[in-house]
Amino acid sequence: MTGKGSKTRLSPSQRLALAAPYGWIVLFLIAPFVLIAKISLSRPATARPPYEPVFDLTDGFARFLEKLSSLSLDAYRGLANDSIYVDSYLSSLVIAAVATFFTLLLAYPFALALARAPQRVRPMLIGFAVAPFWTSFLIRVYAWIALLKDEGLINHALKALGLIDAPLPMFATSGAVVVGIVYSYLPFMLLPLYASIERQDATLREAAADLGATPWRAFWAVTFPLSREGIIAGSLLVFIPAVGEFVIPDLLGGSDTLMIGRTLWNDFFANRDWPAASAAAIVLLALLSAPLLFYERLRLKEEERR
Amino acid sequence: MTEALLSICNVSKRFGAVTALDDVSLDVGAGEFFALLGPSGCGKTTLMRAVAGFETPDAGRISLAGRDLAGEPPYRRPVNMMFQSYALFPHLDVAGNIGFGLKQQGRSRAEIESRVEELLRIMQMSGLGARKIEQLSGGQKQRVALARALAPGPSLLLLDEPLGALDRQLREDTQFQLKDIQRRLNTSFVIVTHDQDEALALADRIAVMRAGRIEQVGAPAKIYRRPRTRFVAGFVGQTNMIDGVIENGSGDWFVAPFGRISVASCNLAAGAKATLSVRPENIEIMRGDSIGGILGVVDDVAFRGESTLLRVRVNASEPLLVSSTKGENLAKDDVVTLHIAPDAGTLFAEDR
Repeated sequence: MTGKGSKTRLSPSQRLALAAPYGWIVLFLIAPFVLIAKISLSRPATARPPYEPVFDLTDGFARFLEKLSSLSLDAYRGLANDSIYVDSYLSSLVIAAVATFFTLLLAYPFALALARAPQRVRPMLIGFAVAPFWTSFLIRVYAWIALLKDEGLINHALKALGLIDAPLPMFATSGAVVVGIVYSYLPFMLLPLYASIERQDATLREAAADLGATPWRAFWAVTFPLSREGIIAGSLLVFIPAVGEFVIPDLLGGSDTLMIGRTLWNDFFANRDWPAASAAAIVLLALLSAPLLFYERLRLKEEERR
Repeated sequence: MTEALLSICNVSKRFGAVTALDDVSLDVGAGEFFALLGPSGCGKTTLMRAVAGFETPDAGRISLAGRDLAGEPPYRRPVNMMFQSYALFPHLDVAGNIGFGLKQQGRSRAEIESRVEELLRIMQMSGLGARKIEQLSGGQKQRVALARALAPGPSLLLLDEPLGALDRQLREDTQFQLKDIQRRLNTSFVIVTHDQDEALALADRIAVMRAGRIEQVGAPAKIYRRPRTRFVAGFVGQTNMIDGVIENGSGDWFVAPFGRISVASCNLAAGAKATLSVRPENIEIMRGDSIGGILGVVDDVAFRGESTLLRVRVNASEPLLVSSTKGENLAKDDVVTLHIAPDAGTLFAEDR
């Protein structure tokens, strides 16, 4: 290995290969982020684009400085003062957390069964788990409308069985959004869980049994704690996109289901308040970076221990 | 032997086309240090796993202190196992590992703590209870694994290649510790090993296994001096295998390519092909050409401290190995005479 101070000369093609991923990140992550951040500091305007100032290359230096000084944090102050944003954030976090919990609850037994299945059928079972991805996400969420609505399949079936008289109000509720998220994101929980259970040393379970632990106790004392990394990874993979989810709350949620993705969409397209929407997006990013950073620190610590 | 604690009766086990255990019967006494010795694939590990409850025998009966273990899952058997890989729980510290079995027994926290403390002291690891498993050396891991298996107070402890992962120096120290601990706790130990030195040094009795069968059971000295089969003679300790023919005349003789050797008692017919197994230390060696012995030339000399191992070329395809306490004066190409006393070796009829 060459250290930090090494003077290894890289060929131009090697440099290019190293630069490519960074170029990708700059182009598709940093640049849009800077644009959004800049818009979030602007003021809304009835113009095209619907904010000002708009920087222009033909501006002189003095004009540039003038425009720069007109940037402000007004949009962020607006967020803090408008209860719909605070409520949207809180409601998004709660819905995503509840959905993540149920995804974990549902995915764990699946992952366990998958990891304990005979080696040769595992690829097929994983294939089944991932199979829904072959259909459009939108169609799959639409399908849930047909299941959940008042005259939908579930209510029909319950009525036919004589269990209910009036249809259960399931469609257009926060509960429907949770169901949609759990269904859509299940594989993202399942795969990391499966990976972390599957690579566990089977003799550890034998050791637990040998020391007097029933299968149930061995699971809680050994298998479950050793799958912690999979639980964290899967939960983050579900929780983070779920917080900003737009399609699922839009299709399955009611008018009172507040989620930040929807609020954002409204601001961008209905209210054309781009600075407010951009500021909301930046705050969301900051909020979601917290669990990611936490996970990264945990991972580093784990790596150190090895 | 004292009364049998573990009793294995006619146990067989097949994996597909492979017969891992073929009608194995065995008794292990209370407080005994017993070794299952054999090459890899001989079924010794399968036998141990069947006792622990991880394999179900196809036939036969395993009982412990008179109680049939059939149908008892591993977690209800009063038997503990020390795994070859140690199988320590990586998410628990040393004390958590040692206390695991006690916790399953529902002991109180104070009781667990004092028992763990006591075991750490026995293992000379006092004060290391809070260590993480990955911070331990190989020798420490081995002792934690032993302590963990001993903690629930099993009436029988199974040890799967307990010293296999240790380097040589540590292995010899640990051998004595293991024997010491076994004696102090007066628990029956059954050790599985492919290392004959380990089995000879540790065990009160050894069962030598081959291809799913037990070839011989006995005390180490008996197995070494009076191997019952050619396989046992070759597997346990170093030996010279000399092919020859039986001759009856005035007494019994074994005729080897390099000369006739008188053999003490022999129930083989004249003319029968046989193999004589003689340990290197049971061949006498003298400098020079003297009458009545086997003439040879020293081919190689290996000084071993307390003795010297010599390879002596004789009138046969294979040279003979001779171990002598006086051999260090001999050098390569010296002419020597070898003597094999009538009771020095063991005769085996040609393989059945």
